[in-house]
Amino acid sequence: MTAVTVVFAAMGLVALVSAFLVVTSDQIIHAALWLVVTLGAVAGLYVLLAAELVAWVQVLIYMGSVVVLLLFALMLTRTPTGPGSATVTRNQPLATVVAGATTVALGAVMWAGFGGEVIDEDEVRVGTAARLGDAIFRTWVLPFEVLSVVLLAALVGAIVLTRRGER
Amino acid sequence: MGEVLEIALRCLVVLAAFLVLPLLIGQIEHKTMAHMQSRVGPMYAGGFHGWAQLIADGVKFVQKEDVTPRAADRTVFALAPAVALVPYLVVLFVIPLGPSMVGADLDLGLFFALAVMSIGVLGSLMGGWASANKYSLIGGLRVASQLMSYELPMVLSAVSVAMMAGTLSLVGIAEAWQWSWLLWQLPALVVFVTAGLAELQRPPFDMPIADAELVLGPYTEYGGMRFAMFLLAEYAGILVLAALTTTLFLGGWRGPSSEELGWLWALTKTMVVAFFVVWFRVAWPRMREDQLNALAWKALVPVALGQLALTTVVVLA
Repeated sequence: MTAVTVVFAAMGLVALVSAFLVVTSDQIIHAALWLVVTLGAVAGLYVLLAAELVAWVQVLIYMGSVVVLLLFALMLTRTPTGPGSATVTRNQPLATVVAGATTVALGAVMWAGFGGEVIDEDEVRVGTAARLGDAIFRTWVLPFEVLSVVLLAALVGAIVLTRRGER
Repeated sequence: MGEVLEIALRCLVVLAAFLVLPLLIGQIEHKTMAHMQSRVGPMYAGGFHGWAQLIADGVKFVQKEDVTPRAADRTVFALAPAVALVPYLVVLFVIPLGPSMVGADLDLGLFFALAVMSIGVLGSLMGGWASANKYSLIGGLRVASQLMSYELPMVLSAVSVAMMAGTLSLVGIAEAWQWSWLLWQLPALVVFVTAGLAELQRPPFDMPIADAELVLGPYTEYGGMRFAMFLLAEYAGILVLAALTTTLFLGGWRGPSSEELGWLWALTKTMVVAFFVVWFRVAWPRMREDQLNALAWKALVPVALGQLALTTVVVLA
């Protein structure tokens, strides 16, 4: 067990525990704040995996923007402090099934794709901006562009939905 | 052993800068605003032109009672000031004062700085919600909407110089800086400082704290040391914004005899930018919420995109 392994395990534990608190806390804002901890711990994991750029992107986009957006929406709709303001829905069993299935599917893909990978701690290839840019815009440019079209479609869809009936 | 000592020393220096420079900026703000408004400002504390005013303020804040509203969410309420303050300390580690005078020269320094800076806003949001006060809550909402509008132009304008330098390292960008950037990267500079001001909620973008309508926005319920931390976060934010502007757009440590005096140049430029930040506060009235968002989306984003396109053409040509 090297120091890196220990820190990695600790970060993973933090991510897991805070993720559990996200889904169990009875205060929806607390859930959003625990999500910040989860995302931060995952960013730490990325750093330890030598994926620096991905880690800072995670911090900038997820912790700095997505959670702010989440909090904005929550503060706009569910404001009271005090316990019991979290949404309890009857769909919880269904959500459990969906989440479980997603975990299994993603885990299987990861296992199949990177099951035997070993990161040699002595000669790490750090995921710099240059290397990642090369991979995305040379090798994987088509899937990347297709994904961006999907996002654009979602954006347009959201605008259409919110402006419906406004003629 | 020597390496550990050096790291410890660097950490200590950055910490000292974090504790001293924001106070200096605070004093600049007190005095500049006073003289621009035909007052003299603090004159007594410490003797010479009230130089110790902020230290006296600090002592006063420590003595004050720490009040927490009964309906407040105590944990989040207590954590918020720290969440607002600590990110700026972390960012200071990657901002260089000279080619080797930097806490840590990260390969992705610029990205790191922008990413960590965006976390500080969570502190205002947490404070706004946890205070259980409707003025605080509205202030928090305004903080969030403002951040979402201004984050994009800020990142876009920073990308422009990073592209020109061909690196994301802050030291690398300052080393690649040329005089001509002052001229044709000027739109990016203006967008960066404007968006930075909005992210720090400094006037004229202080709609979230608008004292005439929201008391003090997210900070209404805070007093004593906790309020002092929010105040310190504001000045530390100005310091970080000014230092980043210096490094990205004003050539960092460049200047006459920059071999020995580089750090002095960097500090001077930083303080001049901070002075401008104070000046903007005195010069312009607060913008309305809709004007604020319109400015971001209709003016700053197009300008930043145009600058980015221009830079791309120059880099490729």
